[in-house]
Amino acid sequence: MTLDLYGFGPALLAGTWMTIKLALSALSVGLVLGLLGALAKTSPYKPLQWLGGTYSTIVRGVPELLWVLLIYFGTVSLMSSIGELFGIRGLALSAFAAGTIALGLCFGAYATEVFRGAILAIPKGHREAGMALGMSKPRIFWRLILPQMWRIALPGLGNLFMILMKDTALVSVIGLEEIMRRSQIAVTASKEPFTFFMVAAFIYLGLTIIAMIGMHFLEKRASRGFVRSAS
Amino acid sequence: MNWEVIIKWLPRLSEGALLTLELVAIAVVAGLILAIPMGIARASRHWYVRALPYGYIFFFRGTPLLVQLFLVYYGLAQFDAVREGPLWPYLRSPYWCAIITMTLHTAAYIAEILRGAIQAVPQGEIEAARALGMSRAKTMFYIVLPRAARIGLPAYSNEVILMLKASSLASTVTLLELTGMARTIIARTYLPVEIFFAAGMFYLVIAFVLVRGFKLLERWLRVDACQGR
Repeated sequence: MTLDLYGFGPALLAGTWMTIKLALSALSVGLVLGLLGALAKTSPYKPLQWLGGTYSTIVRGVPELLWVLLIYFGTVSLMSSIGELFGIRGLALSAFAAGTIALGLCFGAYATEVFRGAILAIPKGHREAGMALGMSKPRIFWRLILPQMWRIALPGLGNLFMILMKDTALVSVIGLEEIMRRSQIAVTASKEPFTFFMVAAFIYLGLTIIAMIGMHFLEKRASRGFVRSAS
Repeated sequence: MNWEVIIKWLPRLSEGALLTLELVAIAVVAGLILAIPMGIARASRHWYVRALPYGYIFFFRGTPLLVQLFLVYYGLAQFDAVREGPLWPYLRSPYWCAIITMTLHTAAYIAEILRGAIQAVPQGEIEAARALGMSRAKTMFYIVLPRAARIGLPAYSNEVILMLKASSLASTVTLLELTGMARTIIARTYLPVEIFFAAGMFYLVIAFVLVRGFKLLERWLRVDACQGR
């Protein structure tokens, strides 16, 4: 049996590209949110700690699908009132923007914990050494803590990214034309649901494998100069 | 925030929450039963025993649950053999499709947890059991599995919370669980913020209760005392 895609191959490919774009933009939003969350959680100020803790607890306790729906449908009135303020009628979040924000929010909540662990894993002496050299606090974070954090945080972030990539399928629910949505369209035309959803599954598997290989190289690069114990 | 609407629809949302709990409970218990032989096989020393569960776990962990759900719910109907088979009354209902998919999905994750737990059982304890004259099977059932259950329990409780969140996908195949119920109510009231907020609160409360419950279970099973710390 040969695989007949009924001419939907290019559409699926376009969907794959959309999935990749969505995953990468959600990743960048999530990394920023995760860093901010971790900084808040490790800061000496109680209100900031509370803020970071609440963010990661609440976002992690609610399903990703609910966030996608809430941000897409829940911001309609808010966005239109903002639009009216600037004289734009019918301003609304696109499915892509809503998906990026929702998935970035969820990624950020988990990344908060990963980054927090990484910050705590850096020896106190490094921070003190920076202070003894007269570096300012932001400078210590930027020059000393952040570059060392990556190596520790990378495996955790890699796992989160793979979860994020699978969660991009949820954005098809609000109509973004990524792999799942494109397969659904192909299914309605071809009446072969199993074939097309299986193709979609294998595209996701392929993306996961590529991400795994990419993570392997990133981890190798990040741990330059560190000898792995022989075990 | 329109609180009256939330209070008015609370009973319907509770109905949805009940279905969510039912789906999750069946999936994690059935998934655990399925995962035990798979996890044992996955931890085997022989590659030909390991290969099949490895492929299964790789597929189910590497693809989104939504794809798996659509494969079972929409995809299986493509084959005449399925539609004329004895299982068709089950395979055409969204309820059973959601349960089957969630069970298969979580079984892959639990099997991987179990493999890690089995491999974390100290070698000396297995050797001690063998030295006492226990057979391989007996060692597995009386020494390795009870020990692995305690090592794997914290990870299993995480998996249960993840399944609670994943159960929201059942709403995409028309099931009226918590998220599905919320979407139906919104279609009538046009108040997405209030109703989704209420549904989110339900999820948070359920997750909180589950976490507490597993903490109690861990204390009851004396998980801490078994970690050799």
